[in-house]
Amino acid sequence: MIAVALTIPDVVVYVVAALMIVVGALGVISFRNPVHCALSLIMTLFGVAIAFIEQEAQFLAAVEIIVYAGAIVILFLFVIMFLGVDRRDEVRVDPLVGQRAFAGVGVVITIAGIIFLMARSHWITGVPHVATGVATKGNNSNVQELGRAVFTTYLFAFEATAALLVIAVVGAVVLARRERASTLESSDA
Amino acid sequence: MHQFAVDPLYAHGVTLAVVIIALARVLIAFAALMGSVTLMIWFERKLISDMQSRIGPQRWGPFGILQTLADGIKLFFKEDLIPDQADRFVFKLAPYLVLVPALITFSIVPIGGSVTVAHHTFLLQVADPPIGILLLLAMSGISVYGVILAGWSSGSKYPLLSSVRASAQMISYEAALGITVVTVILASGSLSTHNIVVTQADGIWHWNVIRLGVVPFLIFLTAITAELGRPPFDVVEAESELVGGYHTEYSSLRFALFFLAEFMNTITMSAIMVTLFFGGPAGWVPNIPHLRWLFPIIWFLLKTTTFAACYIWFRAALPRLRYDQLMDLGWKKLIPLSLGWMLIVAGFIASKAWGFGMIAALLLGWLLLDQAFRLGQKRAASLDSFLPTVGERPVRGDLFRKRSNGEKA
Repeated sequence: MIAVALTIPDVVVYVVAALMIVVGALGVISFRNPVHCALSLIMTLFGVAIAFIEQEAQFLAAVEIIVYAGAIVILFLFVIMFLGVDRRDEVRVDPLVGQRAFAGVGVVITIAGIIFLMARSHWITGVPHVATGVATKGNNSNVQELGRAVFTTYLFAFEATAALLVIAVVGAVVLARRERASTLESSDA
Repeated sequence: MHQFAVDPLYAHGVTLAVVIIALARVLIAFAALMGSVTLMIWFERKLISDMQSRIGPQRWGPFGILQTLADGIKLFFKEDLIPDQADRFVFKLAPYLVLVPALITFSIVPIGGSVTVAHHTFLLQVADPPIGILLLLAMSGISVYGVILAGWSSGSKYPLLSSVRASAQMISYEAALGITVVTVILASGSLSTHNIVVTQADGIWHWNVIRLGVVPFLIFLTAITAELGRPPFDVVEAESELVGGYHTEYSSLRFALFFLAEFMNTITMSAIMVTLFFGGPAGWVPNIPHLRWLFPIIWFLLKTTTFAACYIWFRAALPRLRYDQLMDLGWKKLIPLSLGWMLIVAGFIASKAWGFGMIAALLLGWLLLDQAFRLGQKRAASLDSFLPTVGERPVRGDLFRKRSNGEKA
């Protein structure tokens, strides 16, 4: 179906990236200490970035590191440190009855869905890639094509996402502020 | 627009000679960086003692230039302690998470023009990746981990406080830093550091510092100083409040690694500033046969040394900012300013009308926002205070003085 000529460097890079992703992901769910979990998550993110570079999506790789590893996981760590990491969760007791069974069913459905989609189409998301037919020769790579696509064809989706994020931030601020003001009023009364 | 070129080294396929040249570039850059770090530490100590009317290092070598080497040897032979409460793996990992990004960032700095050795023409920079300057942002994001994890894994209170401060500070200033870099990218039309330098090569009026107005450079200088945690933004290692900082529990070589990384970062960021705003290796080249390649390197070194000296000057001249001042400067001043300036630059790149329109729109927006802040402050003031008081109020200053003088209030 898809004829791909694999070279030895391709295979080596793929194996390294895949190992980093899988080992990191296993680490996230198996370490007992939340900080170690966050570190494993970073390893997974780096693996994904390597996979992106292998696919010549250098910009996505850079954004992956800057946004996810550089900001989001840092915030995770920030929260973990503030809440204290000494509290161990008791894993023997389920907070929700039968959640393990449900989780198993969810995993099976997800994997079945992925296999189904992979068997039926070339692109898992069903969308052909943005930088169609762009030879990534030269130094300008696909960043310009990506920028053009985001600011022309997909401008509406892009602006909608931006608006959504702003609404989320404003909403968070409003919620956090209102609680404080209401406790003040009740204490005054 | 300029015609952008790829690193000509890889243009004709990868052969053994190409691999050897690439490896040699890496090794030479590494050695040069290490050498300049030892010089930088000596330079900082010597210059700061001159500014403070002291003598500074003078025992080892002429003008004490081997002092760093002596300190390094001493640190090497010190006992390596790991606190009982420490998270051993993370404690050992953290110094490298600071050091490796510092090394990688230097690889994108163009040190000179192109050079031909044995029929192979190549650029004088370790790597010229398509993402270019984004690597700087990615690596400064990673080096935050070293600081946070060092503080956390020490299993001690003050280092933890320091690392929490560090993470907040670095994330805050990363935003302003990123926006300023975008302004530079807008003017250059490329992410690659080589191309950013090439677009500034036509003389001093084409340097980004002038082309973009001086403001982006000043924002970048401030943000990068905060990102490095150098004075006056060094609340991360405020000795008077935190004992030492995130590296309080470190000793021996691991402690040395932190300082190696810090000084390496100082050099690298000076070099990055020269690359982004001062034309990198651009400068006057006299027509001397066989030596024309040397002058860009000299220009680059001169400019970088100037900025390194600037950092030392800051350290000697400026008092440390308080933590809330630091946050105010980052969020309330630098981010809006850099964002507004970026929009103006983008407007002028599109057309003059857009540029002036953008200035007008920004002024209007600023006035509206200012009005909103005023209204908000009035409302906040009318509630008197937000937090209920706990216990007794501290005694007012004038009453306290009266009381301690024996008078009755």
